[in-house]
Amino acid sequence: MATDLKSLSQSVAVNYGTQLMNKDTLLIAGKSYNSRLLIGTGKYKDFNETQAAVGASGAEIITIAIRRSNIGQNPNEPNLLDILPPSKYTLLPNTAGCYSADDAVRTLRLARELLDGHSLVKLEVLGDPQSLYPNVVETLAAAKTLVADGFQVMVYTSDDPIIAKQLEDIGCVAIMPLASLIGSGMGILNPWNLQLIMDRVQVPVIVDAGVGTASDAAIAMELGCHGVLMNTAIAAAQQPVLMASAMKQAVEAGRMAFLAGRMPKKLYSALPSSPTSGLIS
Amino acid sequence: MISVSINGEVRQFDNLISVSTLLEQMQLTGKRIALERNGEILPRGQFNQQLLADGDRLEIVVAVGGG
Repeated sequence: MATDLKSLSQSVAVNYGTQLMNKDTLLIAGKSYNSRLLIGTGKYKDFNETQAAVGASGAEIITIAIRRSNIGQNPNEPNLLDILPPSKYTLLPNTAGCYSADDAVRTLRLARELLDGHSLVKLEVLGDPQSLYPNVVETLAAAKTLVADGFQVMVYTSDDPIIAKQLEDIGCVAIMPLASLIGSGMGILNPWNLQLIMDRVQVPVIVDAGVGTASDAAIAMELGCHGVLMNTAIAAAQQPVLMASAMKQAVEAGRMAFLAGRMPKKLYSALPSSPTSGLIS
Repeated sequence: MISVSINGEVRQFDNLISVSTLLEQMQLTGKRIALERNGEILPRGQFNQQLLADGDRLEIVVAVGGG
């Protein structure tokens, strides 16, 4: 009986969490998503591993890159879109590797043609190849052109709250500040700037880049970020599929903790958890 | 004889050739690609009509894994 009650209360708690999470969707450009984890598809061993990691992550929005096709030298080359069909996932073409607004805009126009008019994209314009730090001047210029051309732009940027606000004013549909440098796995280096951004913009704020392990993702969500986008943290793990699953749970746990509202931090407490009366003497 | 740059590689053709014939020669017919001609998107529906011209620069792209 005691065991039954325990399992019942556990299942109630689990269901409560599940119900809460089902209602708590991420809204981007008018479309809602159940998963707040967005993942990249680069750096995997092969397409099987990519597919397994995407599946384990539960991600609905998947970033892809646009690159030159083979021109006859490799006719049987497998195509990423065959294993991650646009009918099943929201594919988010990115401009990784672009160092100018012009290249980024060209790349995304090609992506839109490739994906039959799909207009939700990830803009990223890099500043230098060592750090991969974003070039916000070029990013702002590209964002203006793309928004005017009808794209729905999710924008990778620095964690500068003033630039973030300008990108929102241009019409970007999500602001995606770095937590630390792309591929660094250094985690969230400046939570205060992320907070400043969230205080200033209305569109979703999605941490993009820098997450190294599950706790980093949970911290981003606990801070109140609306989502987390990552690639290397999963692809470069010893076991990418297992890490994809860990990230899924971390993002959900972090989100639930944010919604639950954490207790205040204090140096010490005069209120123990156990009753102070009824002690034996 | 015309010269056309395709993904940065210069190729020569004897005769006028359409974009769709070019794609067929490269075994890219029906593949998920997008094509830019001299910096402008060339919609798929126009591959049949469009003939390549001397000095054309083509970019043919696909989706690949990326973050």
